[in-house]
Amino acid sequence: MHYNTGYHGEAVPLVRRFVELFRDAETVCVPSASCVAMMREHYELIARNEDDPRLLAEVQALLPRVFEFSELLTKKLKVTDVGAHFPHSVTYHPSCHSLRMLNIREEPLTLLRAVDGLNLIELPNREQCCGFGGTFAVKNMDVSTAMLAEKKACVIETKADVVTSLDNSCLMNIWGGLHRDGSSVRTVHIAEILNSVKGLAGGNA
Amino acid sequence: MSIRVGKAAKAPAFPIAAHKALENNQLRANVRRATTTIRNKRALRVEEMPDWESLRSAGAAIKQHTLAHLDHYLEEFVRNCERAGGKVHWARDADEANSIAINLIRTYTPKDSTAPVEVIKVKTMTSDEIQMNHALEREGIVPIETDLADMIVQLGKDEPSHIVVPALHKNRTEIRDIFRASMAQPELTDQPEDLTAAARKYLRERFLRTKIAVSGANFAIADTGSVCVVESEGNGRMCLTLPEVLITLVGIEKVIPSFGDLEVFLQTLPRSATGERMNPYNSLWTGVTPGDGPQHFHVILLDNGRTKLLEDEMERETLQCIRCAACLNACPVYRETGGHAYGSIYSGPIGAILSPQLQSLEHSRSLPYASTLCGACYEVCPVKINIPEVLIHLRGRVVREDQKTLKGKLGVENIAMQAAATIFRSERRYEASQRLARIGQLAFERKGLLTNLPGMAGGWTATRDLKPIPSHSFRDWWKSRNNTTWSPKSNMSQGGAN
Repeated sequence: MHYNTGYHGEAVPLVRRFVELFRDAETVCVPSASCVAMMREHYELIARNEDDPRLLAEVQALLPRVFEFSELLTKKLKVTDVGAHFPHSVTYHPSCHSLRMLNIREEPLTLLRAVDGLNLIELPNREQCCGFGGTFAVKNMDVSTAMLAEKKACVIETKADVVTSLDNSCLMNIWGGLHRDGSSVRTVHIAEILNSVKGLAGGNA
Repeated sequence: MSIRVGKAAKAPAFPIAAHKALENNQLRANVRRATTTIRNKRALRVEEMPDWESLRSAGAAIKQHTLAHLDHYLEEFVRNCERAGGKVHWARDADEANSIAINLIRTYTPKDSTAPVEVIKVKTMTSDEIQMNHALEREGIVPIETDLADMIVQLGKDEPSHIVVPALHKNRTEIRDIFRASMAQPELTDQPEDLTAAARKYLRERFLRTKIAVSGANFAIADTGSVCVVESEGNGRMCLTLPEVLITLVGIEKVIPSFGDLEVFLQTLPRSATGERMNPYNSLWTGVTPGDGPQHFHVILLDNGRTKLLEDEMERETLQCIRCAACLNACPVYRETGGHAYGSIYSGPIGAILSPQLQSLEHSRSLPYASTLCGACYEVCPVKINIPEVLIHLRGRVVREDQKTLKGKLGVENIAMQAAATIFRSERRYEASQRLARIGQLAFERKGLLTNLPGMAGGWTATRDLKPIPSHSFRDWWKSRNNTTWSPKSNMSQGGAN
């Protein structure tokens, strides 16, 4: 949020703190593609701009162990079927940062297709941004709302009960707009779908 | 120095201009239809290229190399262009370029001429950048735009809204109305054939009687001194061959080292710009040829803020642009607002980084924020300009400039960002602020929802609902989980779907 909005100096201690907290971790799993994109695209640049070779070295040592959630399952653990049960029609919104910065395309779809009872419906014009964009959503509220209107119409067109994604920020935006319109479509992070099993609240909700 | 980009210095901030654009449903429908069409055509023509990614890299490499040695290649271009009979002029800024052009036009106009002096123009965004038409008109010179879309914009007393398709915001019926009003053709229909015929008649008369032309350039080639213009209509070709005098305005970043480099750009530019494999008209000329084409050829090399960008490696990237406008067609923000909201003749993502860098940042400080950083622009850019990265860089400049002033320091955003930075650095503070927010949000909670928040957050709840911070957070669950045996049930009972 800080770095993308232009508060570059303020972002530095946050990078340091992240490295401090996770430097000893074997693997870091991040349930947000946007966060992983920030780390992969900018952390090294931030360390370089700070002229801090030690921070840079730590960032470079840590980054290969950082995975977005669906990446961790499919690429590192080589799992595609987690034995989940989710008897709903679901459409998948590929968040911009998962798609264009992390190049995650098929991984989440593979995971979703393996879920028992899940009916996956393709979202029309799915690669278009939902209009969230962090502080863009409030700084350019009108344009953000117009972009969201397009995304909502595409979601409604699928007749899906649930929209899922790798980013809760997009889902917060999409849900916020749909709910304001009185729609009952729910937004669920992919981790929650994969965590649903038969007979439990998540699976039947 | 008078560095300026069109009327951008006086334009309203992007969110204000965008608000107005969003109220114009016709404009939005036109922009959506046109950008979707070009976007799809481009995708088709790019997919068929097995070496597209290599072409992008090659284009970027050529441009980066040229920009790193720009002085060398500009001097080489000048030598070769003048050797072939052209004359090159250097212009530091808009005013200098305009006065060079005006002096040239005066020089080549017969002293005893009583008719108004006319010049025909080939599509040139750079001339819009320096507001050349206004400068010429002030001197009693009549500029006639001959690119169909530019002509529509000029006759409609409008501003270009797109780099490649300046009248993209107009549909056929609106164009018919403009033609009816300005060509004395009250019966004109909106059928493409009729509109084309009307434009052709109007333009042919002017092509044949006008002795001076002003063009832009897509490329200036250093090793041959040639200039290249690509276009779809052939009207450019008319301007480049029929008149006696040709004045070509070129931004200094348009130079490429060698003729062979066109191999890359003539593949990537048409595919990116209009979704064509090749432009119908690719005009290349070198100096003057006795008895063939214009006998007097002048090049104006324009800086207008460009050298300033060379200093910083990231800012320099902006000058790689070959003005294909693929980023405009791909941009979900441009798709909603069209080009006028950007307040500059350079609109869309490239405009959002070009305008603030060419002119002083204070005149276009809202433009770096006119993006969700979705990356669609970078993905399609044929010379790999990392536009989102440059946008973030410029946002950093805006914030740093703001923080130097008391007003900026005390601004709501700055205070919120400072507070958030402090909170995010410590788990203790994070948890405390979460507890505090749970209490604070009670004042705004209605039926388990936040629908009417104050201040900046009101921008969210004006059109979107928000869920309150849950009573049991992920952090709480994570802690409790460490103390008990994990089971799916203990997980699901807490979280649940939104």
